[in-house]
Amino acid sequence: MLSRIVDNERTLGLLLVAPVVLLLAGLVAYPLSVAVYSALTDQTLAESGRFIGFGNFVNVWDDQIYRQSLRNTLVFTVGSVTLKLCFGLGLALLLNEAFPFRRLVRAAILLPWIVPTVLGTMAWLWMFTPNFSVINYVLAQTGISKTGLPWLTDPDLAMFSVIIVNTWRGTPFLAISVLAGLQAIPLELYDAAAIDGAGKLHRFRYVTLPLVMPVLLTTLVLSTIWTFSDFGIVYGLTKGGPMNATHVLATLSYGTALSAGNTGEGAAISLTMLPILLPLIIWQLRRVRRSVVA
Amino acid sequence: MIAITNRRRTLERAFFLYLPLGLALFFLVGPFYWMAVTALKTDGDIYDGAHSPLYVLHPSLDHFVYLFAKTNFVTWTLNTMAVAASGTISSLVLGVPAGYALARLRFPGVELIGTAIFVTYLVPTSLLFIPMIQVMANIGLDDSIWALVVVYPTFLVPFVTWLMASYFRTIPTELEESGRIDGLTRLGAMWHIVLPLARPGILSAGIFAFTLSWNEFIYALTLVTASSERTIPVGVIVQLSRGDFYFWGPLMAGALLGSVPVALVYYFFVDQYASGLTAGGVKG
Repeated sequence: MLSRIVDNERTLGLLLVAPVVLLLAGLVAYPLSVAVYSALTDQTLAESGRFIGFGNFVNVWDDQIYRQSLRNTLVFTVGSVTLKLCFGLGLALLLNEAFPFRRLVRAAILLPWIVPTVLGTMAWLWMFTPNFSVINYVLAQTGISKTGLPWLTDPDLAMFSVIIVNTWRGTPFLAISVLAGLQAIPLELYDAAAIDGAGKLHRFRYVTLPLVMPVLLTTLVLSTIWTFSDFGIVYGLTKGGPMNATHVLATLSYGTALSAGNTGEGAAISLTMLPILLPLIIWQLRRVRRSVVA
Repeated sequence: MIAITNRRRTLERAFFLYLPLGLALFFLVGPFYWMAVTALKTDGDIYDGAHSPLYVLHPSLDHFVYLFAKTNFVTWTLNTMAVAASGTISSLVLGVPAGYALARLRFPGVELIGTAIFVTYLVPTSLLFIPMIQVMANIGLDDSIWALVVVYPTFLVPFVTWLMASYFRTIPTELEESGRIDGLTRLGAMWHIVLPLARPGILSAGIFAFTLSWNEFIYALTLVTASSERTIPVGVIVQLSRGDFYFWGPLMAGALLGSVPVALVYYFFVDQYASGLTAGGVKG
């Protein structure tokens, strides 16, 4: 009897997804609603607070540091994703060639992506540290810069540094994903293009690029979402400094909610990521749906 | 004539393949070299400007000894292993059947549920950690490793479900249909026919889940504050720094040891890993 009921397609389907739905309702949807509620109160770590409507959002929007963090987040995201796209695509094309120790090289290249981000970030922090910076040592030895550069203490250079570290971490993901896309392209297509007289550049433009485009777009959207919401790299390198020059929305919301103790305002700050994230999420959702149906 | 073209070809390869590849390797792997070199130096050599810092002059295991004797590194490692193991197992137990249901079974709400699971996968953890602290406190799991055991499946399960759903779609339905004709129930066909075929997909989902939980940072930082309950990424950077001062030797030793397990796991499964990256178009 029981096995008959379970064998019903509808019952079985619902039974199999029910635990996941319950988990996500309780520990994603519910916390999200808690965040919305806190954002509408003047809650602190110590007090539960009272309802203040959109007060937090208004305050945050008028706050110079918030505006700067929003700008920083955009610069950080656009800068890092652009670099990751260029390096990742280039690296994928290189890895698609035949050369000795290819498997080992491919494994080595994935390292920055695979190890705990904060631990890799600590190696970079150490390389950027004033007085003992190995990068500055090499710059001085090669005569490029006698004094070295203030990697994390100059506001503009600090933004450059966090972008470089994010690029370092994310490039392997792009490269390996695109490489898998490249390897899925049937070789006959290249032969056919060559017979039609297409040169290297034409083959890249009219065969390679259109065929890796779906993979490339997916990895770009994911990379943009993760970069936009990144916390570990900025927290590990600068904690948002110097003078908030590298504060991004994730680190600002952490600082506001936990260091300063204003959980309501912190929740409001993190929720302001949604208007930018949602269109990306919806766009990606539509693309995935189309590919599942097709 | 042939010799000339051959030489041109070699030059071309050196310039357009090996040179950029070498630069990429230098950029991507260089920091790990620096991590290892620092971890193996004595403190005297780390902070001595007199000779080149680029190699180890007096190799020493002092920093590793310090890590094991003077910090909670062993506890952090055990914690990280426990959290990663429980995260991997629970996300597979929940996510694999759900992925099967989404890929194969027609039931009311299947589209909506699939969409909702995908959206939660894309919602970043830095958006959820503030209310999560409160939710965990409410159910009495503040400041304990159990908070991570409960919370990690929230980002692992959506990912595993989607990866598995797209993997199951690549397995022909005829196989389980013939099994059903032979008298197997749906569940029986899934268990005896589909799951064995899906082993590579399950393996790559497991590898992803393991590395994602091993590497997780923001929840581990905010949900757990007692040193004995920390994981490696948080423990290492919190206990080995005082404000702006860092204990670079032990810190790099800890970073190195904290990276080795995941590096080993994926070195052996790199092909699975690479194919999994694109299967669901998802993260590692």
